[in-house]
Amino acid sequence: MSRIAGLISAVALAYFAASACLAADGKAILERRCAQCHALSKPADTSLERLRTRKGPDLYYAGVKYRRQWLVEWLEQPTRIRPAGEFYFEHIRMTPEGDVVNVESLPPHPKLSAADAAAVSDALMGLKGPDGLVKKDAFKKQAVPAMIGAMMFEKLRGCAACHMDKPGSGGLSGPELYDAGLRLQPDYVYAYIADPQRFDPHIWMPALQLSEADLQRLTGYLMSLKETPRK
Amino acid sequence: MPMFKATRSERRIVLVPFLAAMLILGGLWGRARADDAEKWKEPSRLYDTYCAQCHGMGRNGKGINARSMAVQPRDHADAKGMGAIPDAEIIKAITDGGLSVNKSVLMPAWGKVLSRQQILDLAAYLRHVCNCGTASAR
Repeated sequence: MSRIAGLISAVALAYFAASACLAADGKAILERRCAQCHALSKPADTSLERLRTRKGPDLYYAGVKYRRQWLVEWLEQPTRIRPAGEFYFEHIRMTPEGDVVNVESLPPHPKLSAADAAAVSDALMGLKGPDGLVKKDAFKKQAVPAMIGAMMFEKLRGCAACHMDKPGSGGLSGPELYDAGLRLQPDYVYAYIADPQRFDPHIWMPALQLSEADLQRLTGYLMSLKETPRK
Repeated sequence: MPMFKATRSERRIVLVPFLAAMLILGGLWGRARADDAEKWKEPSRLYDTYCAQCHGMGRNGKGINARSMAVQPRDHADAKGMGAIPDAEIIKAITDGGLSVNKSVLMPAWGKVLSRQQILDLAAYLRHVCNCGTASAR
């Protein structure tokens, strides 16, 4: 009997030790591989110049922004979220027909192993940013008829100018949103649409001054978008 | 004294101040051109950040976002089109968005992101881009 208890304790101990190692691993990988492109703590510099020169989105509030399962899968098989990269103006060129994205200039995102992806995702989910950045339960989870949401996104509120709600449909300067429902947490989406400059002062997404009803509808619509990216 | 009847020394006396004047004027002109370029540097940078995504690197309405739009963004280099728009309307479009001037909702309102002075500077810059009409934005 005591032998079984001993065995169980040993297994439990090994599990917790492994988890602790994994956690330390995730943080170490973040510092070693991610910190040169992503802000892992809130930057002191909030200037436009920093936004124009940063190499990737800020991750110091990743834990309130991303969904963990999406992070794990994406880190193993990264897809292009910002069609024109970060910052868009640095990756476009003129042609007689109009500006195009300079695809060759877009750096590929590193691919992580399954173990590293899990460790890093756990570490990222622990980065919650400053208190009150994202208000919990701001999104009321009411279903939005897809047609209404699409009409708001594509025609009535102007989102489609810069963002895609379906692959190939919409603008290219902002991140694609056709898998927003897989990638992002709804309260973050609500907070960002309500006040983008709260997250990124000087960002080139407008402050839309939307009504509460519109914020709920748009957030609900984005949460319904779960298209698997093609590449 | 008529130049063709002047002596060599008399011509020399006139030549030195004349050359000096040309140098000064030339310097001032070059300085004015540099000041001009300096004057548009910041508005141009704002344009590259906020406007070029739809209105294009070349300010011609052909930005990367324009490809999927039913109505194309304004061509800011088009002197005829831009010349027909009063300054006040340009400022309003930037501040309050396309709908406020009976244009597309796809043109955002930037009044909460850009300061009043930045918007006035952008409006003046647009006049410079189309080279049409005085910059009466101040």
